[in-house]
Amino acid sequence: MIANSFEYSAPGSLKEALALLAEGAKPLAGGMSLIPMMKLRLANPEHLVDIGRLPELNYIREEGGAIHIGAGVTHFEVESSPLLLGKCPLLAETAAYIGDIQVRNRGTLGGSVAHADPSADYPAALHALDAKIVLTSSEGTRTLSTEEFFLDTFTTALDPGEIVSEVIVPVDAGLTGTSYQKFLQPASGFAIVGAAARVRQEGGKFTMVRVGVTGLSGNGYRARNVEDALVGQDVTDANIKAAAALVADGQDASSDLHATAEYRAHLAGAYTARALRAALSRSA
Amino acid sequence: MRTINVSVNGKQYSHEVEPRMLLIHYLREVIGLTGTHMGCETSLCGACTIEVDGKAVKSCTMFAVQADGAKILTVEGLAAPDGTLHPIQEAYWTEHALQCGFCTPGMIMITKQILERNPNPTEHEIREGLDGNLCRCTGYQHIVNAVRTAAKAGA
Repeated sequence: MIANSFEYSAPGSLKEALALLAEGAKPLAGGMSLIPMMKLRLANPEHLVDIGRLPELNYIREEGGAIHIGAGVTHFEVESSPLLLGKCPLLAETAAYIGDIQVRNRGTLGGSVAHADPSADYPAALHALDAKIVLTSSEGTRTLSTEEFFLDTFTTALDPGEIVSEVIVPVDAGLTGTSYQKFLQPASGFAIVGAAARVRQEGGKFTMVRVGVTGLSGNGYRARNVEDALVGQDVTDANIKAAAALVADGQDASSDLHATAEYRAHLAGAYTARALRAALSRSA
Repeated sequence: MRTINVSVNGKQYSHEVEPRMLLIHYLREVIGLTGTHMGCETSLCGACTIEVDGKAVKSCTMFAVQADGAKILTVEGLAAPDGTLHPIQEAYWTEHALQCGFCTPGMIMITKQILERNPNPTEHEIREGLDGNLCRCTGYQHIVNAVRTAAKAGA
């Protein structure tokens, strides 16, 4: 399978790359989603700008109580970063679930986020983390919440000429417990359903709950109904089960040859409960 | 067309390529190294696994132009110049870790990455590491044994 012909540029700086993108070129990062689509001729960009090797997009650093991750950081670098493993283990744990070693060696955080595959793993974690997505174009930079960024299936708030340049996640040291639980499609490794949970407890009550879900419907989402059902309530398994059972409410669950909508909704409840229990066991 | 400069198995090459040329086609058809196999062409089977700058990648899902300036290692680069097999190749041989052999170049290359990152993996870690490589003959048990044997040999 051979892609359509295209022009290829590998600029040495982000500024040059953004100038080419402003003229209508499309970005290529790790290529783990784009190249298969080009081979199937589902995507036929005329001009690709390789942003996968720009040093300006390749960093993980702690700054002002948050962790800033350049969009060009690979899944392998996310899963193995001592800073993330220590201070934002949910993102590292989630990255380790993506695809296989070869895909994690090439695929990038920014590329996956920008692609917004409804079965991708990151959206669940990023919703649960209250992450911020930084978008950059030749015109400037803006910062969006995950709910402002992920709009629909393969659809984000990115404007033409704009790229995801950075993802900002909180420092989750100490009292916060987190977990990502995934039921995967064994051939592709994609999530049939994935649930990320992030909890704090004090005096036997939930004081903070965040739940992010992927795979269930056409767009990953933050399950605010589950969060609201738990905050302020006693930490009991009955409360977890009852809250997790709400996770698919109001969602248009997807159906395909791997799982019916009904089965997906059931899995979402079960995996949300698992994620909440595992997160709880890791909270102080 | 674009000019790329790459090092493959320690040898320097420079060629003009079309941007859409996949890295595996470059290796097999331009350089003539046919040890790397094209299996599924959809980045599922892992038969085309090689190393680019020390990282295992599927060469059917990378354009040759993306490898400009990189150091590439293919299965042909593992054995010593005198033909002595690499300990991982030796382990695949002694454990009968192949039947038809089509997946073997990719299996051997991913085994190298698994053991570099985790020199003493558990069976579960080995199977997880082999996740991106399909074998339709062996049922995987002998491949898992080979990875373990290679680990013991300090590969």
